[in-house]
Amino acid sequence: MTVADQGLVIDPMHQFQIVPLFGGDTLTWYTPTNQTLWLGIAVAVISLLMIVGSSSKAVIPGRTQSISELLYTFIHNMVEEVTGHEGAKFFPYLMVLFTFIVTSNLLGLIPGAFAPTSHIAVTAVLALMVFLTVTLVGFYNKGIGFLGMFWVSSAPLALRPILALIEIISYFVRPLSHSIRLGGNIMAGHAVMKVFAGFAGVMGIASIVPIAAIAAIYGLELLVAVVQAYVFTILTCVYLRDAVGEAHH
Amino acid sequence: MATTETVAGAAGEASQKGMPQLNFATWPNQIFWLVVALVIIYIVLTKIAMPRIAAVLAERKGTIGNDLAAAEELKSKAKAAEKAYNAALEQARADATKIIAATKAAIQKDLDVAMAAADVQISAKAAESEKRIAEIRAGAVAAVSEVARDTAGALVEALGGHADASAIEAAVSERLKG
Repeated sequence: MTVADQGLVIDPMHQFQIVPLFGGDTLTWYTPTNQTLWLGIAVAVISLLMIVGSSSKAVIPGRTQSISELLYTFIHNMVEEVTGHEGAKFFPYLMVLFTFIVTSNLLGLIPGAFAPTSHIAVTAVLALMVFLTVTLVGFYNKGIGFLGMFWVSSAPLALRPILALIEIISYFVRPLSHSIRLGGNIMAGHAVMKVFAGFAGVMGIASIVPIAAIAAIYGLELLVAVVQAYVFTILTCVYLRDAVGEAHH
Repeated sequence: MATTETVAGAAGEASQKGMPQLNFATWPNQIFWLVVALVIIYIVLTKIAMPRIAAVLAERKGTIGNDLAAAEELKSKAKAAEKAYNAALEQARADATKIIAATKAAIQKDLDVAMAAADVQISAKAAESEKRIAEIRAGAVAAVSEVARDTAGALVEALGGHADASAIEAAVSERLKG
């Protein structure tokens, strides 16, 4: 995106480029990239937080321990409330999802950082994992009865085939919306900040306006980072309820 | 399955055409490292962190439960102690009332005995005093008749008569009676 006048060049998408970490110009499937670095940092932060936080095992927790316990109980309650008791075995899975997404989102807000969750490849894998899990667990638990969730028994008989079609379409759209919602939100926030940063670079004293806007958007993005991780996780819980609980439609 | 791509070609082209997210040449690389990261997080969480946190939370729940139970027990103990205290207080009050009544009765009895003794003594004293008064009175009458006899004798002698003792005595007695 190039704005010719004023010599203003804003390329908000450049920050999402994936480049090999150690130079070179080839990108194989195993080449460590800038994204790999930030994935690694996310892993390190999560490991540090959760291992150090759980190491003291104090009955009266310290700060780090409180954070790790807060995460644990937050996700645990979410799974219990949304998915039900049978969903409790997916708790570790949801714990991984939430900690990974929220850490990546928040780390991505460090200036100069890279947010893996701004890439559709990442969110698509996460969403497809959820989709496959729900489908496989659903068929495993309920057999062919899993298809019953598409047959809305509370609707008039004539409407049921149409509703079934709509339900099936919405079921298969789930991974798409699930992944685009997260990736799109994170990408858009970063791109908007980049655009304002581009304005700030050429506006002289008036650049106080875009800088203030960046500060405001940054606050909003902090919220978005946590909320999107929450949304992704709770939607996973909702989808899993279809697979493990009795279907209420 | 090495998806080799020149960065100049892949990335450069993407930056010209738009979103790096849609540069599918980078997808195998992204997916590979993502899966590695997720597996590591999964292992760290399930093998180390979550069992520990679950143990701590269970322990805390147990501790709080024990403390609450202990508090409940102490509370009931305190209530029982209060009840016992009140009962003891009531008992002591009743005992005190009884003791007071008994003491009062004993004192009254002693007092009655002492009063009776005192009455006896007083009446004895009074009788003795009356006797003494009567004695004194008799003494006085005797003294008066003696003085009168002597005086009468002296008067009779002074008037030149001869005083007959028995006559004087009879006369004085006669006069004193009147």
